[in-house]
Amino acid sequence: MISIEHLTKSFSKFIALDDISLKFERGQAISLLGPNGSGKTTLIKSILGLVIPEKGKIEIDGKEIRSSWEYRSQIGYMPQIGRYPENMTVGQVIGMLKEIRRDCKKLDEELIAGLGIPGFLNKTMKSLSGGTRQKVSACLAFLFSPDILILDEPTAGLDPLSSELLKDKIAKERENGKLILITSHVLSDLDGITSDIVYLQDSKLMFYKSVDELKMSTGEQKLNKVIATIMQNQLPKHSNN
Amino acid sequence: MKTIVKYVMLDLVKNKTIIVYAIILGLLSVSVLSMDSNSSKGILSLLNITLLFVPIIGILFSTIYFFNSIEFTELLLAQPIKRKTMLLAQYIAVAAALCIAYVLGVGIPIAIFYSGLAAFTLLISGLFLTLIFSALALLIFVLFKDKTKGIGAAIIVALFFTLLFDGLLLSFIYSFSEYPIDKPLLGLISLNPVDLGRILVLLQLDVAVMMGYSGALFKKFMGSATGSIYTVICMIFWIIFPIIMSARIFRKKDL
Repeated sequence: MISIEHLTKSFSKFIALDDISLKFERGQAISLLGPNGSGKTTLIKSILGLVIPEKGKIEIDGKEIRSSWEYRSQIGYMPQIGRYPENMTVGQVIGMLKEIRRDCKKLDEELIAGLGIPGFLNKTMKSLSGGTRQKVSACLAFLFSPDILILDEPTAGLDPLSSELLKDKIAKERENGKLILITSHVLSDLDGITSDIVYLQDSKLMFYKSVDELKMSTGEQKLNKVIATIMQNQLPKHSNN
Repeated sequence: MKTIVKYVMLDLVKNKTIIVYAIILGLLSVSVLSMDSNSSKGILSLLNITLLFVPIIGILFSTIYFFNSIEFTELLLAQPIKRKTMLLAQYIAVAAALCIAYVLGVGIPIAIFYSGLAAFTLLISGLFLTLIFSALALLIFVLFKDKTKGIGAAIIVALFFTLLFDGLLLSFIYSFSEYPIDKPLLGLISLNPVDLGRILVLLQLDVAVMMGYSGALFKKFMGSATGSIYTVICMIFWIIFPIIMSARIFRKKDL
């Protein structure tokens, strides 16, 4: 569904993505992992067309995304930091997005109800806590039932109940055959919802493997143990270079 | 585009800075206009207030607003929206909100105390300056990645046009006073939107003494009708050029 070929991007002298090639299909839930500054957000933003890559190309359903914008109707995006115009109310933000996406017939308002958004529709964005704003972002990502969901640190800042609710929703959408891309540092949150792992380090792709494969090769069952084992095995090799 | 403009305006009309700006302009206008019995003197004082406040507040407010809404811009650009549409919608909303504040603060007092061509031109000139300096703010927003640097640039641009430019012009006149520099001077004045705004109003006032060098030049060379048309054309150019440039640069900007 998404195919990325030889993607390279640098910001002045710093290389953010170095020759990344990946292929994602429907029904996959991919976790993008890696230390801070390893290029996860840049990769996500390249897919969204917010960052313009220097080399390489990104195709969605066989069409190159360069300079087109229509393809974004298939994508739901939940940003890491949700900042909204201060004096807008929650209702206005949701109304605005609905008006922009008049093309979308199939609204998915399950999360709006589940996360209790109707309770503060009239509150302004500046009066909301970080977690509540995060809930609004989550609702907006799922609202237009997109085929591709891109979630940047979705559970950071959410209370355990909402976090569970969001995870259930992610698992459900995956079963519906959607492609889900998640970055998160809370590995335990990703347990059970991810099918594959993309690991970036120093702007390079270290590996792209399915969770089952990784569990087999490391002999661990928990995702955080799996990743810890891999990192330990890789670190010495890395420092030798 | 209409949707974005509408909702951003809804946010801006509740913005405290905009409200305070309108109130301060209103207070200044009322106090100035009720003090002077001479109508053209009142208009001149208001002109000076406009030329001082509108560029600085316009460019600073717009720059800060554009930088503050960068995350929201990202969120909207993740929707099927063209970058150009997004940028233009934001510009229109911010410029319109500032224009409304100016009309409320200056336009209403003028309408109550005087009417007439000069008062109307003052209003037009203030609105032009608002549109120009928010367009310059847009250009600053697309050129700089960092908010602090952007605000610094906005202050420098505003100070350059309101203070520094006239100083440079004076030293130019002084050092070339032996030569016929009237025509090059006219060209140079077109490079400063604040001067253009001043001349547009001065051409409508019959106070030759207060016109200063640049105003006298304009009147001498073009008469008030041609002079006004020329300044308006220059000011329209000052709005359109930064917007086109911004749209071009924004197409390739990394967010």
